[in-house]
This record gives sequence, C-alpha cells and structure tokens, in this order.
Amino acid sequence: MSQMFATRQRKLWREYPLWNWVGLFPFFIFIVFFLVFPSLRLFTGAFTNQEGGLTLDNLKVFENPNVLKAYIMSLQVSAITAFVGGFFGFLVAYSITQGGAPRWMRNVISTFSGLAANFGGVPLAFSFIATIGQTGIITAMLKKACFNLENYGALAQFLASGGVNVSDITNVCPLNPYTYGFSLYSLSGLVLAYTYFQFPLMILTITPALEGLKKEWYEASTNLGATPAKYWRDVALPVLMPSILGASLLLFGNAFGAYATARALTGGSIPLVSIYIGQQIRGDVLGNPNEGYALAFGMVAIMTLTIVAYSLLQRRATRWMKS
Amino acid sequence: MDEIMSRKRTSFFTIFWGILALLYFFLPIYGTLDFSLRMERGILGFKAYKIIFADPRFWEGFRYSVTMAVITIIVSAAIFVPTIYWMYLKVPQARPIMEIITILPFVIPGIILVFGLIRTFSRPPLQLTTSTFKTDILMIAGYVIISMPYMFRAVDVGMRSIDVRTLTEAAQSLGSNWFHVLADVIIPNLRLAILGGSLICFATVMGELILADFLVRPALGPYMVRLGLTKAYEPAALAIISYSLTWFSLGLLQFFSSRSERQKQQVITT
Repeated sequence: MSQMFATRQRKLWREYPLWNWVGLFPFFIFIVFFLVFPSLRLFTGAFTNQEGGLTLDNLKVFENPNVLKAYIMSLQVSAITAFVGGFFGFLVAYSITQGGAPRWMRNVISTFSGLAANFGGVPLAFSFIATIGQTGIITAMLKKACFNLENYGALAQFLASGGVNVSDITNVCPLNPYTYGFSLYSLSGLVLAYTYFQFPLMILTITPALEGLKKEWYEASTNLGATPAKYWRDVALPVLMPSILGASLLLFGNAFGAYATARALTGGSIPLVSIYIGQQIRGDVLGNPNEGYALAFGMVAIMTLTIVAYSLLQRRATRWMKS
Repeated sequence: MDEIMSRKRTSFFTIFWGILALLYFFLPIYGTLDFSLRMERGILGFKAYKIIFADPRFWEGFRYSVTMAVITIIVSAAIFVPTIYWMYLKVPQARPIMEIITILPFVIPGIILVFGLIRTFSRPPLQLTTSTFKTDILMIAGYVIISMPYMFRAVDVGMRSIDVRTLTEAAQSLGSNWFHVLADVIIPNLRLAILGGSLICFATVMGELILADFLVRPALGPYMVRLGLTKAYEPAALAIISYSLTWFSLGLLQFFSSRSERQKQQVITT
C-alpha cells in the first residue's frame, strides 16, 4: 500500500515537478499581497497588544456591551432572513420545479433569481424606501385604504359599548403597516429588504436538489401505500435536508457579511457588526485598534464556520444528485 | 410524459407562491420607477432624472467607476486567463487550491477585506495611500479580489469546454510560441467566457460601495449614499439608472451567448 503510494508520488513528481508551478506565481504573489497580507494583519492584530506582544486581552472586546449588542443583532438579522428567505425560496423553488408552474413563470422566476441574488447594495435600499418607506408608493396605497368610523354606526356603537373612546378613532387605516410598529428603517424593514436577495439565492441553491427528487421515489412510495405526507416525512425531506440546511447556512453568511444595504437603509442606526466595523475603520470608536481587529476576527471566524459547514453539507447533498 | 405529469399537478399552491415571488421581484422595481417619475406634484415626468444628469458629481462618479471597472477587467483577465491556462496545461492538481483561494472573497465579507487592506497599505513598508494614483492601484487590487470568484469561474468553465492540451500541441507543432498560443488560439476560443466574467466584473464594480467609501474616492457608490441622505426622488431615479446599467450588461451577455449558440448550430448543420 505504502509502496503504491510512493510510486504514485514519484509519478506525480515526474509529471508535475515543482517548476511547473512557476506559471501560477504571478497569481499567488497578487493573492499574497492583497488577500493574505490584509488577512494576516487583522489576525496578528487581534492577538497582539499595542507594543507588539502576544496577548488574548483583545478578546475582551466581546465583553463590551455595544459589541455584544451588535453581534446579537447581526446574528438575529442573519438567522431571521435565512429562515424567512429560505422558507419562501424553498416554496417558490418547489413550485417551479415539482409543482408544475406554467413555463413562462418558471422562466421569469429563474432568470430573475440570478439577477436578484446579486441585487443587494445601495439601489436596493432606495427601491424599498421608494416603495414601502414612509412616503413610498405602496405605503401611500395602503394608507388610502381607510374608513371613517362615523360611517359605520353599528361598529362605533359596539366599540363604544366596549368602553372604547370612539371620537379618537375617526379615521382608521387597518392596512397601514406603520400603525403596527413596522418601520423600514428598523429590524423589520431590514428583514424585508434582505429577503429580496435572500430568497432568490435560496431558489438558485435548492433547485438542483429539488430536480434530483425522482418521480420514481414518489411512485414507489405511493405504490407501497404511503400518503403524500408520509412520502415527504420519510423520503423527500431526509433526502433534501442536507441541501436545505446547507442553503440556509449560505443565506445566513450572505446576510451576516452584508453592509451596503443596511448602511443606505438605516444610515447606521441599526447596530450590526459590519456597521460597527465601518465605524471602527473611520474613527476607532473602540479606542483600541487591536480590539477592532479582534472584532473583525470574530466576524471572519463565524463566516468560516458557516461556509465550512455549508460545503460539508453540500458534499453530503450531492450524493443524491449524481446519476 | 413530463408535460402530463406537471400539468396534472399545477395547483393553487404553485400559482400562489409563484405570484408572490413575482410580486416580490417586481413591486419594488415598479415602486421605484413610479416614485422616480413623481417629483413634480400631480404629473409624471423626468425631472428627477434631469437633475441627476445635470449633476457634475454624478458624471464624475460615473466616469470614475467606468474607468475603474474597465481597468479592473483588464487586470483581472490578464491575471486569470494565463493562470488558469497554465493550471490546465501543467498543474491540474492545483485546482483544489485555486478553487479555495478564489472562493475566499465570499467568506471574507467586503467590509473586513477593506479593513485589512486599509490597515496594511496605509503605513510603511507597503504604503499605498500617499497619492490618489497609488490609492487607485489599491482600489483596483480590491476590485479584482472582490470580483475574483466570478472571473475565475467564468474563465474556468470556458477553459473546460475547449481541449487546451490538443490546441496547444497543435499550435506548437506549427511553430508558434507560448505567447502566440495564448493570444491567437486560446483567447479567441475563450471570448465568450471572458466577456461573461467581464460583464459581471463591470456590474460589481459599478455597484460597489465599501472600497470607494473608505478609501474616499469619487465612485458611484458613495455618491448614491450621499444623495440618499438628503434627497427623496433623485435616489429612486438613480436606482433605476443603476438597474438599467446592470440589466444592459447582462442583456448584452445573453445576446452574445445566444448568437454564438446559433453560430455553433450553423457549423453543425453545414
């Protein structure tokens, strides 16, 4: 066995001696300068003090209540949008692959998913402000759907008998989202805007897995007497689970690293880690540059975990997609 | 068979989620378009667009971003085409490493990359922030890194579809040197792949905010954010302009790829 390995090694060496790598050096040099050095700078910065000595003191930054708040907020936004976008995206993807949506619908949705998944950024924030911001088109429409209680005498009497001061509610707009505490410039608005690029990403990543669901499996299980619910519980979901989890992780990471949309939408009023790091770059809000590096390091650590878990799940998922 | 199966199962469920997705896609775009035309009370007009097109800072940002995008595309293609060609020809076992490296910009969020770039290159020995020219070099390096996953994948897929080894050996046996193999044989075969990567590169650079914002260069992204802070209707118009740019580049890609498909079919039929 080891001999086989050795001959294989020698063969590889003869076929690809070290100087064959020379052609890749320009690329590697570029990467070292503009990707490795910057990453190392953050990494070493996170574990050294101002004088250059090794230390773990900078990790104390995670005890800072503001930093903690930012991390919790970022994790929250990412988890919520991964769940909402993932769930919605899955249903849409199912509709266009297995559900037999009309051909034009399938084409429009898959084309648009490719576009919208890369939509992010400042224009997206502007679009949501123009559509469902305080003065947005949709908001204006929903605000117009009002009724005056005076015209609904019976209802007014009923409410009055219940102890409600009717004269306060002369103009009721039940559809105006802003009366229910919704605001585009808060967490709920951020979730709404992020979902715009999250669910198309879900459609793109989950569609291959859904196409891998074979009709024969459904037919076989119904022939054996399974109900559709049982088919889903025992066959389809177990097969799809790695793909669904993997795609959700991808969505999570996608939201976690986002900056531009949040910046343009909320002007930095929502404390996300990415926004916080932006403030640290601008003006060292932490008062200690090394703690800033630790802050960034934490973000990279979370992203790395997410992506590694994603690729492991993806590897499991492709088992069913072959052949 | 396939058609019968799918037609049978078209249900309320399918239509409901499909329509909801379409609404989610199009309502914000419709809302933006409508809003951008309503600057003058009571009428639909292009006033917001006129104001933007009359703003010299818009044109400055536009010119700067287009210039940066073009240089980024050239640098990116100059790095990736020879590198990937070499990888296919000489060291195919380098592929896993290359794939991991080129996916890294997805793992490292843009804001972190910029943080690292600024802290690394804003002080000696590698200082690049002393003049606007040097800062622009840093900007382009950052853009190349950010668009690397797209460029690598585009060229990689293109290279896979041609037989690099045979083409190279054929060209060499006819007496051409390395440079000519690459310039006259490989690149013409990769035109579409390079174009695809370039257009995505272009869209990425045109919409990029973080690099230009923190390196204080007059790109389109920071201009948009500044406009959004003070104006109401112009940002909506700007968003529409930005979408048009993106769709124009992607539509162009669609056009070229369908044309080359047709050419291929003609070759096969004749």
